[in-house]
Amino acid sequence: MRLDIETRDRLLSIGFPILLLALWELIVRVGWLDARFFPAPSTVLVALSNMIAKGELLGKLWLLPEVIGKGDGEGAQKILGEGHLWASLFRIFAGFFLGAIPGIVLGVIMGMNRTVRVALDPVISAVYVLPKIAILPLVMLIFGIGETSKIVVVAISSFFLVLINTTVGVRDIEPIFFEAAKNYGAGRWQLFWHVIIPGALPVIFAGLRLSLGTALIVIIAAEFIAATYGLGYLIWFSWQTLLIEKMFAGLVVIMILGALFTGGLQFVEHKLMPWQREERPATIDAAEPQATGPGWPPIVN
Amino acid sequence: MTVKIRATNVSKFFSSRGGAVTALREFHLEAQEGEFVCIVGPSGCGKSTFLRILGGLIPASSGQVTLVPNKPETPLQSIVFQEYAIFPWKTVLDNVAFGLEMRGMPRAQRCEIAGDWVRKVGLTKFADAYPHQLSGGMKQRVSIARAFANDPEILLMDEPLGALDAQTRAVLQEELIRLWEASRKTVVYITHSIEEAVLLGDRVILMTAHPGTFKCEFAVPFPRPRAFELTGTPEFSRLTYAIWKELQSEVKRALEQQQ
Repeated sequence: MRLDIETRDRLLSIGFPILLLALWELIVRVGWLDARFFPAPSTVLVALSNMIAKGELLGKLWLLPEVIGKGDGEGAQKILGEGHLWASLFRIFAGFFLGAIPGIVLGVIMGMNRTVRVALDPVISAVYVLPKIAILPLVMLIFGIGETSKIVVVAISSFFLVLINTTVGVRDIEPIFFEAAKNYGAGRWQLFWHVIIPGALPVIFAGLRLSLGTALIVIIAAEFIAATYGLGYLIWFSWQTLLIEKMFAGLVVIMILGALFTGGLQFVEHKLMPWQREERPATIDAAEPQATGPGWPPIVN
Repeated sequence: MTVKIRATNVSKFFSSRGGAVTALREFHLEAQEGEFVCIVGPSGCGKSTFLRILGGLIPASSGQVTLVPNKPETPLQSIVFQEYAIFPWKTVLDNVAFGLEMRGMPRAQRCEIAGDWVRKVGLTKFADAYPHQLSGGMKQRVSIARAFANDPEILLMDEPLGALDAQTRAVLQEELIRLWEASRKTVVYITHSIEEAVLLGDRVILMTAHPGTFKCEFAVPFPRPRAFELTGTPEFSRLTYAIWKELQSEVKRALEQQQ
């Protein structure tokens, strides 16, 4: 049987990881690998489902209907907040939006305004190189040891990444597009919506992608040291108490999260920037339907 | 005949590391309403600079430029850029409708007008395509349609066909003649091709080598409507050769300057 190249590639990209997992399972079962430190994939999967069943990962979801029935919003929040996954996700997205939106706004201003750019550039370059997790103690001094600090650290890391990308994206727009827009009567806001935002969007999105990835790193690290819920806490606590299969389960959840983030952003990018889609350019025949030399068909007037 | 464009003693200086550079020296031009004026000159003579001054993209350093408006409801001038300058993030239809959209025309109305111009340049099948899916010739068609759809009193064209291959160029020259002959707008057309200038224009103005200024001008007596067949006639060859004889020395001078 002959497979076409796409089917073959797909089978290979799904099949090979499954093969690796099967190999791992086998090696552990035979006893070549210490199951205490490297539990078999099946063990990790069981641990994962146990954690979901006990409400560790997603919270005690079965209590939700009753609480919502009573109209107890705070109670619902508490239930979800005790799920490690939701705790981390909330911090990531709250921080991400809190950082990315001001980052885009200031980035556009810096891209357009030389004075602001020259004044802020050295400060931003200096702060940017700091690993954001390094300022967690400082942030905790200011905002305390609660939720706020963790969200703020994520927000700061997102802010700088998005800010720098937006500035570059705006500055890289070809000047001819500004000239054309102005010549065709665009005002300030029209320039913003019709040239600056779409022109910089691909680079802004590169920044968003980076900062979502960084947010994941930062929040896990922050939860290692300063949290009682969250995937980072789950991994750290499982390690300390030698519940290694739970530690692995945490890693699996983070991997799935990372993949979902990438896929989700790709989807949004696709929707927002249809002009970026890879499509085959029109062929010569289709491109020049009227290019048949002298005596080509008349223009319809 | 009424004067539509009057430029007198227009100069442009740019400051650079080595001091001020004169890009344009005391150039003058007058165009009547409905006239197709071509400006030909060697590379680097400042002809594009002059067009950018006419289009209001850069100010003149000295001299007067007057474009005479007489239809307040439509734009005075629109530029067709050499590099097309159509927006990669807009579809063909939205690119053509751009000027109308900037004027606040409702979507249905502007799409109707733009759709009409998309049809006139033969791109109906590509109305919803994005520029990266188009060939160079198609992109320039979009750029030309955008200018015509905007319905300005004056069209300023900066070597619009300069980047195209010879065959596509010939097709678009004929297309341009037909579009223009149907509308008779005042046109200032920059090109470095004498043949193109004689085929399209009512008048051909020659510029000197850098720093460019007015050298001389030729009236183009051929009747309209014109077609590409004109380029095969002895009269056409005689005129283009006469212009070339004038331009030759300037082109040589421009080449020497580059060395």
